[in-house]
Amino acid sequence: MKKVLAAIIFCNFLVPSAFAADVKIGFVTTLTTPAAVIGKDMKNAVNLALDHLNGKAGAHNIEVVFGDDGFAPDTGKQVTDRLLKQDKVDIISGYIWSHVLLASRKSVLDAGRILISSNAGPSQMASKLCHENFFSASWQNDQTPMAMGEVFNKDGIKSLYIMAPNYAAGKDMVAGIERTFKGQVVGKDLTKWGADAQLDFSAELAKAKVSGADGLFVFYPGAASGAFTKQYHQAGLKDLLPLYSVFTIDGISLPKLQAANFSGIVGSKVTQQWDPSLDNEANKRFVKDFKERFGKYPSFYAAQSYDTINMIASAVIAVDGDMSDLAGLRSALKSANYNSVRGKYSYGNNNFPIQNFYLREVVEDSDGNWTTEVIDTVLTNHQDPYAAECKLK
Amino acid sequence: MDYTLLLIQILNGIQLGVLLFLVASGLTLIFGILDFVNLAHGSIYMLGAFICASLTYELDSYLFAVILSLPIIAIIGYTFEIFLARPLYARDHLDHVLGTFGAILVIDTIAHLIWGPAGIAIPLPNYLDGQITISENIEVPTFRLLIIVVGLTAAFGLLWLVNFTKLGMLIRAGASNRTMVAALGIDVRTLFAIVFAIGATLAGIAGMLIAPITEASLGMGNNIIITAFVVIIVGGIGSVKGAFVAALLIGLIDTLGRSFLDDLFKVFMSTAAAENSAPAISSMSIYLMMALILSFKPKGLFPPRIR
Amino acid sequence: MLMQFIRSFKFLILVSLLVLPIIFNQIGMSFYLDLATRLCILAIAAVGLNLILGYGGMISFGHAAYLGLGAYAVGIPAHHWLYGGLDFLATNNGFVHITIAVVISGIFAFLTGLICLKTKGVYFIMITMAFSQMAYYLFVSIEEYGSDDGLVINTRSQIPLINLDDPIQMFLVSFSSLIFFMWLVHLITKSNFGLILSGIKDNEARMIALGYNVYLHKLIAFVFSGIICGFAGVLLGNFTTFISPEMIDWSRSGELMFMVILGGVATVMGPLFGAIVFVILEEVLSSITIYWHLPFGLLLIAVVLFFKGGLSSLLSK
Repeated sequence: MKKVLAAIIFCNFLVPSAFAADVKIGFVTTLTTPAAVIGKDMKNAVNLALDHLNGKAGAHNIEVVFGDDGFAPDTGKQVTDRLLKQDKVDIISGYIWSHVLLASRKSVLDAGRILISSNAGPSQMASKLCHENFFSASWQNDQTPMAMGEVFNKDGIKSLYIMAPNYAAGKDMVAGIERTFKGQVVGKDLTKWGADAQLDFSAELAKAKVSGADGLFVFYPGAASGAFTKQYHQAGLKDLLPLYSVFTIDGISLPKLQAANFSGIVGSKVTQQWDPSLDNEANKRFVKDFKERFGKYPSFYAAQSYDTINMIASAVIAVDGDMSDLAGLRSALKSANYNSVRGKYSYGNNNFPIQNFYLREVVEDSDGNWTTEVIDTVLTNHQDPYAAECKLK
Repeated sequence: MDYTLLLIQILNGIQLGVLLFLVASGLTLIFGILDFVNLAHGSIYMLGAFICASLTYELDSYLFAVILSLPIIAIIGYTFEIFLARPLYARDHLDHVLGTFGAILVIDTIAHLIWGPAGIAIPLPNYLDGQITISENIEVPTFRLLIIVVGLTAAFGLLWLVNFTKLGMLIRAGASNRTMVAALGIDVRTLFAIVFAIGATLAGIAGMLIAPITEASLGMGNNIIITAFVVIIVGGIGSVKGAFVAALLIGLIDTLGRSFLDDLFKVFMSTAAAENSAPAISSMSIYLMMALILSFKPKGLFPPRIR
Repeated sequence: MLMQFIRSFKFLILVSLLVLPIIFNQIGMSFYLDLATRLCILAIAAVGLNLILGYGGMISFGHAAYLGLGAYAVGIPAHHWLYGGLDFLATNNGFVHITIAVVISGIFAFLTGLICLKTKGVYFIMITMAFSQMAYYLFVSIEEYGSDDGLVINTRSQIPLINLDDPIQMFLVSFSSLIFFMWLVHLITKSNFGLILSGIKDNEARMIALGYNVYLHKLIAFVFSGIICGFAGVLLGNFTTFISPEMIDWSRSGELMFMVILGGVATVMGPLFGAIVFVILEEVLSSITIYWHLPFGLLLIAVVLFFKGGLSSLLSK
């Protein structure tokens, strides 16, 4: 027994990676728990990006080491520490969830490495916790719902019912809507979130129905998205209470929803900074190859992860593989000089993208698959509302 | 006060209560008669959902899938009893907790390996996917009414079984005094296995009923097991009647709390404070209720009388 | 006695635990130092839980609440010290943090213990869990301290002469605290109070018949156990500099219980063995596969079925 114990301790020597790559990229995402569907999409996109680059940035080999945050901030922090101290990665990226990012931030920045968020965009990272070594490859949480607020104004929605999960990102979404929406919010339900999130929305949908609102706005990421859309469909609300959502209906949930025939969501509207139908070379190649290889449309998580790898590759080329040249890496990343699948964009003083946001509708494509399509550009070159609070210039 | 909304929410609360009852009744029987703390009961609920989901796609019919899934879940329950529960009967509750927690990890991971991390949505036939109009203002989704009907049928079926059949008599005797039952020559091992299988099947049915609404997903069992334990504690361990009353009570408190607590709070608090505290308090409500009931009746509402 | 202990296997484990992580840190594998620190902190909590669970037979499923309370006792004052607000509470002083943790944990244990200890068996398990869930939802609802996102603090407690920002010192403080609490609990269990507690675990009716105030003894043990876990929480908050309500979740209480049971209840070294195996297994298995819960679960089941008495009894063979 003593030997077994000792053996367990010492076998950790064998675990660190066997071969040395020129550049090692750490990528933290969710690979267990039901939210792993998102992590899988991101992992697929990262691998596709590596393939498109032939595993190289210029003359240098690049390797990605994945870490699983288990949808929990302290696990995320632990795995971030492991990537930094044991796998000795040169740059850390990924992060689906705001709370995991906030928990892990200090470990990365204290170690003097660059941190790139491929999804999470909490307001703190854009304002008082902004840092020259932190970059966002996605957006700031408030921007997508702010775009949706403008959509309401344009569509003539005067009264709105809101449902969102009761956690920081949920509240950010609601706050984003309230920034731009000019009508009246007639009802707001923040439902229980966390490990045992509330998945039965019968009570809230009943309230929404009798509220007489012109539209229903929801934010239900992850496992809740399927549950919510199903119940929305079953309650027959499609004509009575049109559905507007952010981060709820996407390339990941649509195939499932289509398989279960929840036609109630076809025609509903979504806003985002990217869409599979965006017409640029990089995006067309990305979407086409993703569909071919993985049998479904990529989600925005995937698109952002693909961008992350290409963004890092462009920076590696700029410093010619010298990952200790932080200043060089920073200026390369800040110039956003790579072919992003969302089209050209630039960075603000807080290292968050200044980009367009599009209105998209859920439609059926020529092959009969449900996807989304851009029908309007809602915000052009939009900067997040927190940039002024960041002390970086 | 909007009475139509209140009525709809009461129906929603009953639906939640009925589902909780299906899970809790099996749990209270297993705990009450076999004296076995089964944390993995929620995992069986999850398996019921996933198996039914897969079969629905294979057979293209939800109803046939349910019919076929029932015996499968019963067999799974029976197997679980033989291999995991039976060796642990002689041990104390602590070992049950540890062992069944291990079982949760194993079953969850196996489910991940078989069905992948994504949940599975279950398509319903059209006649179950619509709404039923009860009166001019009240429209209820058909499927939710079905859940109430099925749940109540199962409840009455179980109550009939426990109170009016020989098997039920043995179950009640076993809950009161297991040793005496064995001493009287009853094959306790088979009795236990049957009780376990019944409990598992009830949990499986609950999973099959909730999945078309919320999807079959990994970890769904872990969420409901805690609430189920609260139900059986409040109802009294070993009492099916207690589980029924407690389940309905908890279902109603939870649903009505979620619907009306923030409006209630707005009467004497600012809107912002109400919106922040109401979700927290309504999450706590069932635990508050349990603590309250236990301080007056430390053995729950209807504990079976132990001789 | 002392020589016998020094030659025993237990001493070997303690010395390895002290020396190996530091060696690893010096040769560039600082990750293992972090692992060992976390291990020590969890072991302290397990030691606290073992007092009532192992020796007292009270199966508390809510002890993670004390870890959380202790962690927030560091986080909240530090948050105000860094970002302002609530000046009377804003401080970076480690002694204040520890005092707050001890007092709050003690009060929480006292008040909940008053109610919980009126129940027995699985009712006790459930009601301790209920209270910790209430604590969980309470912290989730306080937006100022991050709620679900958690509280991130950029500093560690200040203690004179010691710099907790240095990982080696952080580790040494955790390790010595662990030794201290293991020794303290050992003394308690050998004392009159400890013997009464074991008697209560064995046969409560008899102890009542013998005239002991069983309720009072259980309550004192319960409060003490909560305070030990609260202290562990202070160390945890310092170590992670990230405090979230998830620390209070019932599955964390379950993990503590499993460490205690795995290691062998009512033994001095048991909680430590349980913590070591749990943390190392979790680390090793999760770096091999994302499906590590499967072998881990099977192992738990195997331990329960075949190794009664946990690892402690196994190792003393």
